[in-house]
Amino acid sequence: MDLKELYRDVILDHNRRPRNFGRIEPCDAHAEGHNPLCGDRLTLYVRLKDDRIEDIRFEGKGCAISTASASLMTEAVKGKDRGAFNELYGRIHSLLTQQDAVPDASLGKLAALSGVREFPARVKCASLCWHTLNAALERSAATVSTE
Amino acid sequence: MAVTADRIAPAPALDVERVRRDFPILERTINGRPLVYLDSAASSQRPLPVLRAVERYETHCHSNVHRGVHALSQAATEAFEGARERVRRFINAQSRTEVIFVRGTTEGINLVAQSYARPRLGPGDEILITGLEHHANIVPWQMVRDQTGCTLKVAPINRRGEVELDGFLAMLSPRTRLVAIAHVSNALGTVLPVKRMTDAAHAHGAVVLVDGAQAIPHSAVDVRALGCDFYAFSGHKLYGPTGIGVLYGREELLAAMPPWQGGGDMILTVSFEKTTYNELPYKFEAGTPNISGAVGLAAAMDYVESLGLEAIAAHEQRLLALATGELERIPGIEIIGTAPHKAAVLSFTMAGVHPHDLGTILDSEGVAVRTGHHCAMPVMTFFEIPATARASFGCYNTEADVAALIAALSKAREVFA
Repeated sequence: MDLKELYRDVILDHNRRPRNFGRIEPCDAHAEGHNPLCGDRLTLYVRLKDDRIEDIRFEGKGCAISTASASLMTEAVKGKDRGAFNELYGRIHSLLTQQDAVPDASLGKLAALSGVREFPARVKCASLCWHTLNAALERSAATVSTE
Repeated sequence: MAVTADRIAPAPALDVERVRRDFPILERTINGRPLVYLDSAASSQRPLPVLRAVERYETHCHSNVHRGVHALSQAATEAFEGARERVRRFINAQSRTEVIFVRGTTEGINLVAQSYARPRLGPGDEILITGLEHHANIVPWQMVRDQTGCTLKVAPINRRGEVELDGFLAMLSPRTRLVAIAHVSNALGTVLPVKRMTDAAHAHGAVVLVDGAQAIPHSAVDVRALGCDFYAFSGHKLYGPTGIGVLYGREELLAAMPPWQGGGDMILTVSFEKTTYNELPYKFEAGTPNISGAVGLAAAMDYVESLGLEAIAAHEQRLLALATGELERIPGIEIIGTAPHKAAVLSFTMAGVHPHDLGTILDSEGVAVRTGHHCAMPVMTFFEIPATARASFGCYNTEADVAALIAALSKAREVFA
């Protein structure tokens, strides 16, 4: 195992200077993610227009992998609608868990997360923010549909 | 001269290189590096005498205990009851009936919570614990609180990670029915003044349970000298197998407690109308027990006594002092838990590097430490940190292990420079 695969420059940079860090108040959707294994906590704030992510920010304390993943995610999903997020969510899941998944160029900086799969104990750190955003969007959709 | 000097030495020093040869797992490499195992507080490794005792039992003696008249059943019963007597001697209990085999410390505490506390406590009664307890010595009492309406109180700790003794004493009153305290903090290493706390609790008429999970591998435990009413510990932190542990209880208390679980072995007679329960200790051992685990635990007790508990403790204290000194010299490292009286547990944080990242980087260098909240989330909350890295030492660790830890920490600093 190669530490440089895990702690790539992009990861270290987004850990040191997380993008879109902070709150959005008021927001249309928010959700808290918690990794009980390491105590990481993360809160996502999302502003939606129809089902498009207009703005997204996050707060929390976590390891380098979870912080960088959240930071990279907020950059990647801004402007995406629900369908496009779902598609990306699926690709990230493959990237983090499947040994033979090849990151294609369209993933951009998110491809840096592919090093995590060599470190099974850390996959949850990288996926926490993605599950949390998925939950936030699902809940918001559920609220809309019941009204 | 050397011979004379050896003879008058108070406790023979541990021959660590010889000890290491007893632990085959230490020959493993991790990520191409020799294993540096600094996670004995989570679970210690097992020496050959323990592995062999379990193998010998499984290959020659196994059957069910307390059942048949055939030879193997008798051999298994002798092995299991022999292990109970071994435990009795190890902790200096008065009688073998005071030694209940359980799965581990957690089960021992839950047994006391459900069988001693739950039937006796009600609104107005108090259970007192401390701010440095493991979840296993918090959650069972919260369950009893919710079941009975009693109150759960928590004695404060200070920035060194010690229980505030004055605060603890001030919280004792005639309403205090049960006091449950760690002997050694798993997250901080602090050794608690258990004898003094027990005496004070007894003066108010309270019963005292000691969570001995972290104390049992680091010092000789004499339950009668401590004076506690219950003492729980696990085999796997004492170089024994997992899934076996001990609840010691004073006979008078155990005898008055209802059984915890029902089933085979814990009964004398059963009809559909009425069941009469077995005598101690079987009343609390429903179902087929972990026989090979008990055999392994007894072998582990033989093993640590052959090395000498004092010699082990002295060796670990040298490593703790060495590692503490080295860590204090590294900028950005903060040691969490700085009580003057500690067991060989060293919790720390490194500025700018999350403990989880530290754990991964150390692992890449072959150094195994525990990272996280150590099942002591209230301790993390008190120190306002999400987690720590924790290095813990056992009889097989060396100065070279400490050096490997320090080198791996420099590597972490490099990665996150």
